[in-house]
Amino acid sequence: MFTELNSILNASPDSLTPGEFILLSDRRSDASFLIHHFLSFYLRARCRVCFLGLVQSFSHYSAVSQRLGVSLTQAKEKGQLVFMEGLKEALSTLIPQASSSGSQAMDFLRDPAAGLRSLYEFVRSSAADSGAAGGWGPPVLLVDDLGVLLSLGVRAGAVLDFSHYCRAAVCSQLQGNVVMLLRCDGEEEEEEEEVGEEEGSGWLLRGLTHQCSLSLHVEVCWRRRRRDAQHKQKQIFQYKVHDKGASFFARGTSSAVL
Amino acid sequence: MAAPLNSVGKPQAERLSYNSTSFQKKTRSKLVSIPGTRPSVQNGQLLVSTGVTSLDYLLGGGLAVGTVLLIEEDRYDSYSRMILKYFLAEGVVCRHELFVAAAQDNPDDILQELPSPILDDVAIPKPMEQPRLSCDPQDSLDTMKIAWRYQNLPKVQSALASSSRFGHYYDVSKTMDPEIRQGAKCHRFHPSEQHAHSSNTHSPMLESYSAMLKSLQEVIHREGFDLAVPMSKSRNILRVGLHSLGSALWGDDLCCHDNPKHRHALTTFLYGLRALLRSSLSVAVVTVPSHLIQDRALMGSITRLCDNAIALESFKGSEREANALYKDYHGLLHVHQVPQLNCLASQLPDHKDLAFKLKRKQFTIELCLIYYDNYFLCKTCVPLLESETADECQEQKSCDDAKI
Repeated sequence: MFTELNSILNASPDSLTPGEFILLSDRRSDASFLIHHFLSFYLRARCRVCFLGLVQSFSHYSAVSQRLGVSLTQAKEKGQLVFMEGLKEALSTLIPQASSSGSQAMDFLRDPAAGLRSLYEFVRSSAADSGAAGGWGPPVLLVDDLGVLLSLGVRAGAVLDFSHYCRAAVCSQLQGNVVMLLRCDGEEEEEEEEVGEEEGSGWLLRGLTHQCSLSLHVEVCWRRRRRDAQHKQKQIFQYKVHDKGASFFARGTSSAVL
Repeated sequence: MAAPLNSVGKPQAERLSYNSTSFQKKTRSKLVSIPGTRPSVQNGQLLVSTGVTSLDYLLGGGLAVGTVLLIEEDRYDSYSRMILKYFLAEGVVCRHELFVAAAQDNPDDILQELPSPILDDVAIPKPMEQPRLSCDPQDSLDTMKIAWRYQNLPKVQSALASSSRFGHYYDVSKTMDPEIRQGAKCHRFHPSEQHAHSSNTHSPMLESYSAMLKSLQEVIHREGFDLAVPMSKSRNILRVGLHSLGSALWGDDLCCHDNPKHRHALTTFLYGLRALLRSSLSVAVVTVPSHLIQDRALMGSITRLCDNAIALESFKGSEREANALYKDYHGLLHVHQVPQLNCLASQLPDHKDLAFKLKRKQFTIELCLIYYDNYFLCKTCVPLLESETADECQEQKSCDDAKI
């Protein structure tokens, strides 16, 4: 949890805004440090967290969270965290074996064209459980990252459907929060996007930006865009990732410059 | 007085116990005992050498076990193939097991071309024998003989002696002694040998890729590289070398079309490969002919599914070859991605201006500094000068000619 980011966003683990959909995105940069922030943030806020870790192993997230002062293993044991390790689940689908009967969450790998229904079912069931296991706050869904779904052959439209369903289930019905990370490829190709191809991360990013209530975009510079009912407000900060956190500052005020 | 003494003594005792526990924690890890590996200074990951010492340095000490190194091939695939061979040769010297897959030629061809290791530390005589050198000539002849014999030591001993070191040097002009090579256990995969058995038509993966993934998983399970299965015998590392993935010979059409049919085949395979490696004691080097892939966005997602990514840009066949500025180097090396393993911040190299040269006994990567007009310039400023200097060099040459 980066305290500086919290103060920028006016957020603290004690006072959560229900029903928020936060989009993290990047281009020619790496926004994955933000997902670690939100993971530790919501665990501190005593929310029940469902984490779809599609790109890295559990040990990676666990080691980073340890540095940020949160133990994922303990959270898992206490029933606060549901961790779906995409890499582990994918193997049984990618290399079919007679004996294996893994969870259905990664079923879309068998036929990516069919969409992400199985993954959504997993999210809904684990988010709806939160009422039963006592003591935890509203459910939170974290996804790292949506871009890998595109690489695995899922259509951008299907990913957009998935995010929309998740938002309806978690944000609207259960009054929880959703945080999704999307890592975009390459340059901003304006001309190509105008052709109207329903492919690629640029198209998906525009669709998701339309859905979300708060979008954090990491580029060579870092941008925060908050959308209220009436007006859009955009703030730009510069950042530096350290060993155990990140610091943010207004443009041109880094200690390296001053 | 007793109370203050107690209060002073207590923290000391606590500190002591704290110290001893933290010390134990380090020695407890059993992985370090594998030859040819060392723990990373930054995040405690287990590292293996790529066989190219300067590349190890660039990647933060070496390749972390469980990760993939992507090498974007140079145009003629000469230097990328060389690095792959270095990687495999290092595995042979450290007695790791190998898994080699290639479609272009037989994996055995790559194995036969492995460079010969320079095991200089083996030739050094033991300290006990050194005093004899100063005695009469007959004795020194004897020691010479012993030293000579040391060079032809049986393979087991040479491997043992050398395994204490991390990273070796190789003589590219010679191929590795078959005896040493056969000492390492090697698994081969060639797509044409696999019989096509179509299991799932919906899956985006190609048959050649899924067959390879399956064969790799079998090796990992059978030979005990799986981390999930507790093993009684000593652990070893599996080095996976996959040559020219994405080329047409794998049945892939990434390189042939602007809008390939099997667009997601390679990325899905790399996802599966990452899943396999993360749960086992293995490490992979993958080369991809990226100059043939038109779609940069696709190349971006391929890079993202690997952990380390470097690209080689050889001067061979380019106009830079003739440019006097680059005469010291064979090509440029770009570091596209370094992994963030178990930490937030990644360790990017200090400099981006890197060039490589292949000498007989060493593949070196260094900061590409070019001496021009009494200044050292880095590579990024050079393109502006390139045409200019090329002309000047010509002029200089003609002046020199005129003087003669």
